[in-house]
Amino acid sequence: MRAGPSDRAFFEAEIQRLLGRLYGVALRLTGNRADAEDLVSDTTVKAWSSLGQLKDRQAFPKWVFRILTNTFISGRRGAPIGRTTPLEEDEGRPFSLFEKLHQPFLLWWSNPERELLNKLLGEDIERALDSLPESFRTIVVLVDIEGHAYGEVTQMLGVPIGTVRSRLSRARSMLQRALWEQAVTAGLVAGPLAKETIHD
Amino acid sequence: MTEPDKIHCEEVIAHMLSYLDGEIDVAKRAQIDRHLEECRGCFSRAEFEKGLRDKVRQTGEERPSPTLQARIKALIEQF
Repeated sequence: MRAGPSDRAFFEAEIQRLLGRLYGVALRLTGNRADAEDLVSDTTVKAWSSLGQLKDRQAFPKWVFRILTNTFISGRRGAPIGRTTPLEEDEGRPFSLFEKLHQPFLLWWSNPERELLNKLLGEDIERALDSLPESFRTIVVLVDIEGHAYGEVTQMLGVPIGTVRSRLSRARSMLQRALWEQAVTAGLVAGPLAKETIHD
Repeated sequence: MTEPDKIHCEEVIAHMLSYLDGEIDVAKRAQIDRHLEECRGCFSRAEFEKGLRDKVRQTGEERPSPTLQARIKALIEQF
């Protein structure tokens, strides 16, 4: 089906409306601005060329983000994103920021976990995300940022749902550990908690 | 003896992230809902994880540079 002027007007309005989110997700996936801008451009071209396949225009946002994600996955060099090294998949000890910070009896007048959450800036989260191996960062972006269901992620990454669950759990644990290390280094954790070693 | 449909904190914590993702069966969700109404520790943990999730989600929005805006505009003009 050939797109007409009304299609172009619709397409342009939607892309402009979503551009901040498309670029944000692209930046989180690629980890750098130049690649993120290329990814958004490539997505725009692909989305326009297949606009005729989109039956429900209400579904445009979800559809275009899926194109962006698939373009990122298929355009990567090196090992497929669904594959990880045995070292990366090693469960290790799960890390929980909440368990590190929550003090139900000692600090009943205070709420350290809420205080840390309030102090965390977007750039802190971005730095922690950027520090994750790509396959783990990607799954956090797909589920926590783009809001995909586990079943959708299995299709995009070509891995079983059990792998999605375990890798997501591992990725979130790694993310929280990275945030903890940053918080300790930056002095965001006050009192006796700050004296704990970051590798505790 | 605990009631048969009640679950302990350990089980709630084990399922917490799937619960927050909406990736859990209806019966387990109902059990966790009830537990969170009664357990301050698990409720606080769920609130913290939700708050952190919100912070992560917010990083998915970035102001595009003027260069990118111009590039996309030029692309669409060619369509």
